[in-house]
Amino acid sequence: MTATDRPGPPLWLLAELTYRCPLHCAFCYNPVDFARTSAEDELDTEAWLRVLNEARALGSVQCGFSGGEPLVRDDLEVLVAEAHRLGYYTNLLTSGVGLTEDRAEALKRAGLDHIQLSFQDTTKELNDFLSHTRTFDLKQKVAHTIKANGWPMVMNCVIHRLNIDHIGEIIEMAVALGAEYLELANNQYYSWALLNRDQLLPSREQLERAERITNEYRAKLGDKLRIFFVVPDYYETRPKKCMNGWGNVFLTVTPDGTALPCHTAKMLPGLAFPNVREMSVGEIWYDSEGFNRYRGDGWMSDTCKTCPDKEKDLGGCRCQAFMLAGDAAAPDPVCDKSPAHQVVLDAVARAQQPGAVTTAPLVFRDPKASRQIAP
Amino acid sequence: MNADANPRLSSHFRMQWEDAQQAWVLLYPEGMVKLNASAAEILKRCDGSRDVPALVADLETAFDATGLEPDVRAFLDMARQQQWVA
Repeated sequence: MTATDRPGPPLWLLAELTYRCPLHCAFCYNPVDFARTSAEDELDTEAWLRVLNEARALGSVQCGFSGGEPLVRDDLEVLVAEAHRLGYYTNLLTSGVGLTEDRAEALKRAGLDHIQLSFQDTTKELNDFLSHTRTFDLKQKVAHTIKANGWPMVMNCVIHRLNIDHIGEIIEMAVALGAEYLELANNQYYSWALLNRDQLLPSREQLERAERITNEYRAKLGDKLRIFFVVPDYYETRPKKCMNGWGNVFLTVTPDGTALPCHTAKMLPGLAFPNVREMSVGEIWYDSEGFNRYRGDGWMSDTCKTCPDKEKDLGGCRCQAFMLAGDAAAPDPVCDKSPAHQVVLDAVARAQQPGAVTTAPLVFRDPKASRQIAP
Repeated sequence: MNADANPRLSSHFRMQWEDAQQAWVLLYPEGMVKLNASAAEILKRCDGSRDVPALVADLETAFDATGLEPDVRAFLDMARQQQWVA
């Protein structure tokens, strides 16, 4: 890198504290080989404190604590307190499982700014909501705790083929829980979700209906609930500007300390990603091969390099290019200029069939399945 | 909403100086807005203690300027729409 194209600071730090999780979501973005990282492999408290300090010194300002389920770590409060002291805006991304009133109060005292309550297993939760059973009760309790502590109530729900037809009920559920923000995040097809893509990719008709209903609720609810609808990129003709650019603003540290430009980049072959145990965050961000490889446009194919939309999407997602075109430097196959675009069109075409596209069962994210896939 | 009500930064946003960016920023759940200098000067004064005419007068004194009111009101309209300011 020359001085002129030196990237800005890693404004966003995502601390994936653990892969341990009480849930088994079939669309989890954690790597399919996550079971290779055991609890003993996780960074300890001291190492995380060092990461927080080093990243903040570079200019990181948004800090997300994620996982797995970050509440599994009993040092979460210590890490949040340090992040707060350093001046981060602190976000906890959680399913709410384990968020007791005591822990919520401790996190509030530690200076936690925001909790995003995720609905990982929405189909079940939705059923529970409609029938007033256990999981919904848990979410309701957690939602109450969040509001009682003065946090904004932000809900995230992954949308896919199996729940998209209940979009109205999902929005109603958010209203019932007193949410102020609702993120309806259409599934992106990485990791576990890619394994389950045929089961999870909605049809165009489903998608259009969901968007229409979402807009009707937006008009009806106004400022009471802000709804974000994240469109699935498979239905686009130009790719997303993934992570707002490789190594541009985003830095993920995985449970074992591997530093990544996005939370799925570890899948890319032939690329050495540094570990915070061996390198400072500054060296990682500015000097490591893993972070420099797809910065700028030197790596791009001619399709991207000569494209008038180059700056808009920077060629899309490197992981998607690797997964679908077999080459991380290829154009993102979501792009209709990509030589591999047909792969996306085929998946979308299959999704137009009514009912179940495949008889294959969903593969749920759990350690046993992970060890079978990646022994 | 009364356009002259004392503007106050929403409790869901935090404003702070970021050395690395050499800018004031607004932080909120999973997001950040980098403020230009004039936006920052207006928002710093949105503490609920003064109404819009007083806020304008304060800015005009601080920066030895006149006629800032239309720009301040336009900014506050946008800020209210974004729910930065109540």
